[in-house]
Order: sequence, then structure tokens, then C-alpha cells
Amino acid sequence: MTTETAALPQARTPLERKRTAWRRTRSIAKHALLAATGAVMVYPLLWLLVSSFKPNSDIFRDLSIFTTDLTAANYANGWNDLQYPFGVFLFNSSVIALGAIVGNLVSCSLAAYAFARLRFRGRNLLFAIMLGSIMLPFQVLMVPQFIIFKELNWLNSFLPLIVPKFLATEAFFVFLMVQFIRSLPKELFEAARIDGAGHFRSYTQITLPLITPALATTAIFTFIWTWSDFFGPLVYLRVPESWPVSVALKGYLDAQSSSDYGSMFAMSVVSLLPMFLVFVFGQRFLIKGVATTGIK
Amino acid sequence: MSSLGELRELAVRRKKGAPRAKEKYPDNKAAYLFLLPWLIGLLGLTVGPMVASLYLSFTDYNLLQPPEWTGLANFTAMFQDERFWNSFRVTVVYVVAGVPLQLALALALALLLDKGMRGLPFYRSVFYLPSLLGGSVAIAILWRQVFGKDGLVNGALAWFGVDAPGWIGHPDYALWTLIVLHVWTFGSPMVIFLAGLRQIPEMFYEAASIDGAGRVRRFLSITLPLLTPIVFFNLVLQVIFAFQAFTQAYVVSGGTGGPGDATMFYTLLLYKEAFNELDMGYASAMAWFLVIVVATFTAINFWLSKYWVFYDD
Repeated sequence: MTTETAALPQARTPLERKRTAWRRTRSIAKHALLAATGAVMVYPLLWLLVSSFKPNSDIFRDLSIFTTDLTAANYANGWNDLQYPFGVFLFNSSVIALGAIVGNLVSCSLAAYAFARLRFRGRNLLFAIMLGSIMLPFQVLMVPQFIIFKELNWLNSFLPLIVPKFLATEAFFVFLMVQFIRSLPKELFEAARIDGAGHFRSYTQITLPLITPALATTAIFTFIWTWSDFFGPLVYLRVPESWPVSVALKGYLDAQSSSDYGSMFAMSVVSLLPMFLVFVFGQRFLIKGVATTGIK
Repeated sequence: MSSLGELRELAVRRKKGAPRAKEKYPDNKAAYLFLLPWLIGLLGLTVGPMVASLYLSFTDYNLLQPPEWTGLANFTAMFQDERFWNSFRVTVVYVVAGVPLQLALALALALLLDKGMRGLPFYRSVFYLPSLLGGSVAIAILWRQVFGKDGLVNGALAWFGVDAPGWIGHPDYALWTLIVLHVWTFGSPMVIFLAGLRQIPEMFYEAASIDGAGRVRRFLSITLPLLTPIVFFNLVLQVIFAFQAFTQAYVVSGGTGGPGDATMFYTLLLYKEAFNELDMGYASAMAWFLVIVVATFTAINFWLSKYWVFYDD
């Protein structure tokens, strides 16, 4: 519509010209509104970033993000503010995230293959239970799970945070992969079956390679959720050397008697950086995942 | 389709008694092998714990001595506890204010970011980023400073000559800073709405235009009704998730639920009863009451949906 009118600028009637002008005004107003909203939303994040480079005394004296007086001192100080250097917490978070990613990829894709491709007794019922479990408040599982892991002597280890992922407890990802496998052409599986491939081969050699986008979405979401998970580590990891960044950051808040906001901000930025990078490089998968499953 | 949509589909099919083809189960053995990890998790980490916590909710249990059956004592104590009702009230305010506000903003911006608009991917990324980071401790720490006495918000208000209190430390406003944080993460429902908008067939609009329907009419008669199922599914799920909000309240209040229990979310009180007081029986009773509350809200949502959600089946 717009290209048509733009191609024939000289043949416009006054009415048409008025309409184009109106359209342009509306478009400008729209962009202005969107840009303003975006700026308000992102300003706190930029402020956090800039403040992490400001001398401590300046952070609350000057709230603007336009400054030239920048220093990396907060990063050097903050890194060693707690009992262990921040690198320890980053390492812990990475181990937990990696374990959770592997667990979710393996267990959820196995379950998804069964739900999407196989015909078996009780499928509808189990599928409904699986979907329903997404909506179950986890508080109702919290106490008994804690007792189980305590009896297993897993407290202060990463196992309570990783092992459940190998049991496909995050049903959301099973659902994501089911959706994806269902959209694959049936003929592929037919052909494989005729060629004598069993279900395991059809899972490893056809399904997995073809659902890599869903696997990528799963990996990215798992990373972001485990990286920012606070409740699990709070319950299961009580010794500082086992803390991930989320709980460690809370430690900065407690230790903030000297109001050293600079180093707290600096380590907040460090903890957000991996998530931000994953967002930048993986947002295609993130947005697809959100859009196809309808969950955050 | 969303997970909830799928569930509804299963229920509708059952109700209609769709002619079930004589089913054979050729893959039984293979299927249960594939499902084995999930089944172990379901029984060991979901069904088992549900039964266990139901039992524990009728006992006095502190992890050290074996649980002792006390009947309904936990529940009667709970219903007489002022703190319990306060946490319930705080959480309901958070859910009832935060969820609709967040969805309304998400919907408004999705509609503004019309199909094929220039710069759409850029705006979408900018709006989506907060919802991705919003659950982290770092953002909660940032929020404390944004709404602190000398924070960003008061800095902006000072421009207009308004001298505002520290929002985080004020019993009347602390909860609202968390609601604003929730609204700030409107990006993910916005992305879902955008996807829903894209699925409305273009020919509906063309047909309506030919029949002389204007912009407003097309919006009211096509866009809005066809979007209601998606809004509904989001509403249901967001209500369920918002009832379980924990991290932000915990961190923003410094683990206290303060000032003066103003941000003592239900889940926060539950956590404290379980892991600070080691009152596992009481905590289990609270957890089951939460399940009932969430189920009730979900049922109300489904019941109300008859009046505003459009289904063409």
C-alpha cells in the first residue's frame, strides 16, 4: 500500500496527499512512543552498567548515565569482596548450568519422542499429566524433595539441582519438543522404518538432528533459568564455596554495611553478562520458543 | 498452541466422545523405555512428594524426630494466624494487580508493533530483554537502588520538584515496587501476542475491508476476538506463576519480607516456616492450601472465560 503511493508522487489527489501526511504523522508518533517506552525500560539497566564503573561516591550523587569519570576499581574490589573470589561462584554456576542443560536435552527429548511418535497404552492420560505438571506449584514438592536429597546426603552438592533435570522434571521442554517433532514430515519416519531402523535409531539419527532448533531453545532457556535460579541453591547449598552467583550476590547485599554499592553493581553486571550474551546470540531461538509454546 | 490449549483440546475431545479408532499399541515396550527417565521423575519427584507432603500437612514434623500425627492442627493454627492471612493478602494483591497490568501492557505494545512495521525486531528485542533478566538476583538488587531513597525514580521525581520517600522501605509502597518489577517483564507475553497476531489470516481483514469495515471495526471484530484465547491462556498461566513468585520479594526485602511484612509473600512465609522454623508439617499445610487457592483461581478464570473468550469450535 505504501509503496504504491510512493511510486506515483506526482499523481496524488489532495485527498491522497492528506492521507499520506496523516499516515506519516501517525508513524512518527508511534515510533516516538515505542522509543520512549523502550528508553524507560532499558534505562535502569544502562544505569546499572554505567554506575558499576563510577567511583562509589558518585553513584547516587549523579544519577545520569552520561559521565566521563569512569574507573574499573569496583570490579577489582568486588571480585574479592566475599570469602571466595567471584570466579568460584561463576565456576559453580557454570557447572550447574552445564549439568542441567545436558540433563534436559537428553531426558526431555527421549520423553518427547515417545509422546510425539509412539502409540502406547495410556498416552493421552500421561500426556495430560505431563502438561498438568507444568502448572503444579512446586512448593507442594519442596519439603519432601528436600528430605529425599537430605537422606541421600546430597546437601551442599550440585546433585539436587542437576539430577532432577535428567528425569525430565521440566515438562515445559518436553512439550516444546513434542510440538516440534509433530511438525516433522511423517514420511521421514516411515522411510526409516521401511529401511529397518528401530525406534532408537529413528530417535538418534532422524529426530535429534531435525529438532536442533528446539534443542537450542531448550539449552538457552535452561541456561537462563538455572543461572538466575535462587531458590534451589538457597535451599540446598549452605556453604559459601558451593554458592552459584545468584546466592553469592545476595551475600553482597548482606555484607553491605560499608555501603560499597560500586562493587555490588560491578558483580551484578558480571553475573548478568553471560545471560546478556546468550540473549544476543540466541534470541532467535528464545523468541521462537516463547511464541510456539506460549510460556515465558 | 500453548500447553493449556493442548489440555483443553484433550478435554474437549473426551467430552465429545470423539470416535476412538480401535487403538492398537504397537510401541508399548519402546515407549515406556523412552519414557523411563520421565516416569521415574514423575513418581519419585512429583507424585511421591505430593503424597508425602499431603501426609506431612497433618503432622508435626521438624526433620529430627519422626512426624507425629496431629490431625487438622496445622490448618487450624494457620487459619488463626494473622501473619498467614497477611501473606495471603499481599500475594493476592500482587497477583490481581500485577498480572492484568503486565498483560495489558504486553497487549498494547504488541498491537502497536503491527505486522511488518519497520524496526520491529529491534523493539521486540529491547522489550524482551527485561523479561529475560527480570528473574535474576542482580535485577532485584538493582531494583532496591532504583526505588531507594536516593534512587533513580526519586531522582526523576526531583526534576519535577517532588520529594518522595524511599519506596522500598515504605510499608505502603514496597509491594508496589515488586508489582512494577513484574510489569516491567511484560516482554515475553508480548512476544506471544505478536505471534498470535501473525496467525490471524490476512484474508479476514481483506474480506472485512471489502465489506466496508473501517480500522476500528476490523480491530473490534477480527483482531480482538481472535486474540482472546491467547490472552486467556496467558492470564491463566501467569496467575499460576505469579502466586509462586519468590526470588524478587526475598532479595528486594533483604530476606525479611519487610518493611513490617509488607512484602511477606506467601511463598516467603512458607519458606521461612520450613527452613528457618523447621516446621515442615505447617509448611506442607501451607503448600497444599496454595494448591487449592491456585486451582480455585484457575477455575474462576475458566468459568469467566465463557463470557469473553472467543472459540470457533
